[in-house]
Amino acid sequence: MALTLSVATMAIGLAFLAWILSTLAARGLAALRPVVFLQSTPPPGSAGGLINAIFGSLLMTGVGILVGGPVGILAGTYLAEFGKGNWFAEIARFVNDILLSAPSIIIGLFVYAVMVAQMGHFSGWAGAMALAIIAIPIVVRTTESMLLLVPVSLREAAAALGAPRWKVVTLIAFRAARSGILTGVLLAVARVSGETAPLLFTALNNQFWSANMNAPIANLPVVIFQFAMSPYADWVKLAWAGSLLITLSVLVLNIVARIVFRQQKAG
Amino acid sequence: MMTVSEPPQTSSPSSERAPLLPALQVDFDDQPETPPEPKIEVEKVHFYYGKTHALKGIDLTIYANRVTAFIGPSGCGKSTLLRTFNRMYELYPKQRAEGRIILDGTVDLLDPRLDLNLLRKRVGMVFQAPTPFPMSIYENIAFGVRLYERLRPAEMNERVEWALHKAALWNEVKDKLKQSGRGLSGGQQQRLCIARAIAVKPEVLLLDEPTSALDPISTAAIEELIQELVEDYTVAIVTHNLQQAARVADYIALFYIGELVEFNDSKTMITRPAKKQTEDYITGRFG
Repeated sequence: MALTLSVATMAIGLAFLAWILSTLAARGLAALRPVVFLQSTPPPGSAGGLINAIFGSLLMTGVGILVGGPVGILAGTYLAEFGKGNWFAEIARFVNDILLSAPSIIIGLFVYAVMVAQMGHFSGWAGAMALAIIAIPIVVRTTESMLLLVPVSLREAAAALGAPRWKVVTLIAFRAARSGILTGVLLAVARVSGETAPLLFTALNNQFWSANMNAPIANLPVVIFQFAMSPYADWVKLAWAGSLLITLSVLVLNIVARIVFRQQKAG
Repeated sequence: MMTVSEPPQTSSPSSERAPLLPALQVDFDDQPETPPEPKIEVEKVHFYYGKTHALKGIDLTIYANRVTAFIGPSGCGKSTLLRTFNRMYELYPKQRAEGRIILDGTVDLLDPRLDLNLLRKRVGMVFQAPTPFPMSIYENIAFGVRLYERLRPAEMNERVEWALHKAALWNEVKDKLKQSGRGLSGGQQQRLCIARAIAVKPEVLLLDEPTSALDPISTAAIEELIQELVEDYTVAIVTHNLQQAARVADYIALFYIGELVEFNDSKTMITRPAKKQTEDYITGRFG
């Protein structure tokens, strides 16, 4: 009975997933043409692509991870290596967990208040910062768990050779947890690459090609949001193409993360 | 903790005093040896895990270029004592040691002013489970050396080869030095760890149950290796295996619930123990 129920509920869940993915694949593939990668977002009624949005997403995600990755790794290292029975670390861990589950729209609003409102305009920097803030707690959590998985015996062995604490951490623990930490960073990339709400408040959008991080910049999630809501058929098509692109890139990132993590276990 | 079971065979202590443990086929060569120099003198060492009093005033001498085995039932403090010699316990905030542990008659190892890392260069350690670092065989050896010396590549190659020779591993790994140390078998990994400890040129080697995770053939190889190493180093080994202690050790110390029961040369310990408790342990009546 319990087995039947659980299998049935799983089937329902999987059925919806299959429905979503098949719709996405069918509509997305139909809309996916070379022009998507060649031209910028068009005004309604004319042909165009998504290249400015793809580029803007890559740029902001890249900057966001370049900021959030190191901060998250360092903070996670602190929690794992120096934060045992320490009230400051306990609080940091707790706050990090809250941040991990905070709705991203709140993070978008926060960055809007501290950056966009202060600077007086939307910008790619603000978008990247919002993405970094979303990425940090993910990286902190995975880094901490991966470092805690490094066997005590390995640390003791390095310490027994006379290696000072920081060398044990940087040369042994990091190396042992390397692919786990990298997996965490990849998962953070996957998570932020689909975020819409924080970008709506920060990077906004840009109809044209722009690499200026100090100005509004196009990005896939916001373009999808805007185009999918529009009454124009070719905009809606492009929104499907963009959705498929994001889904595929997240899928690829997750697969890469799994492969990387499996190598750690084998190595 | 004391488990009293029926003795496997009734051993009647006769005046002849044959080895108490018939399984021990050990040849004790009776050649008069030059009296050994003390290397480590343990004086009134107490150890605490938080409030647990784990060592209760241990006095003991580890002799230079000899193998000293610490034996006793689980939880008796044998590993705890070993871990005071390189102050391994300092990784854990609630553990502390009191007393004096004198190295070479001059340095107190428990002196808080002592440079811990230089102490650990002089006193190396090999652990129960093999702990190869996640790097190549070559880098595993070079890691420790780089902590203390700046060697030219050719010198480093020489040192790595020397250490691997010393640990009787060179012939098995000379063609795969660039491969991961984790790809070796358990016994090879443990010899790699011994090579890594030797490579920094320590004076004392602490072995904490070095063969308990290994198969009998690898165990035999490590035991043979210990016999060779003791020509250059002072060795202290913790073992739960009495036969092993009898095979490799020159001196045996028996611990029981934080106290040193008896300490003597192996032959005396095995054949004419002074204490009833030692005799009981050796004949398998407790432990």
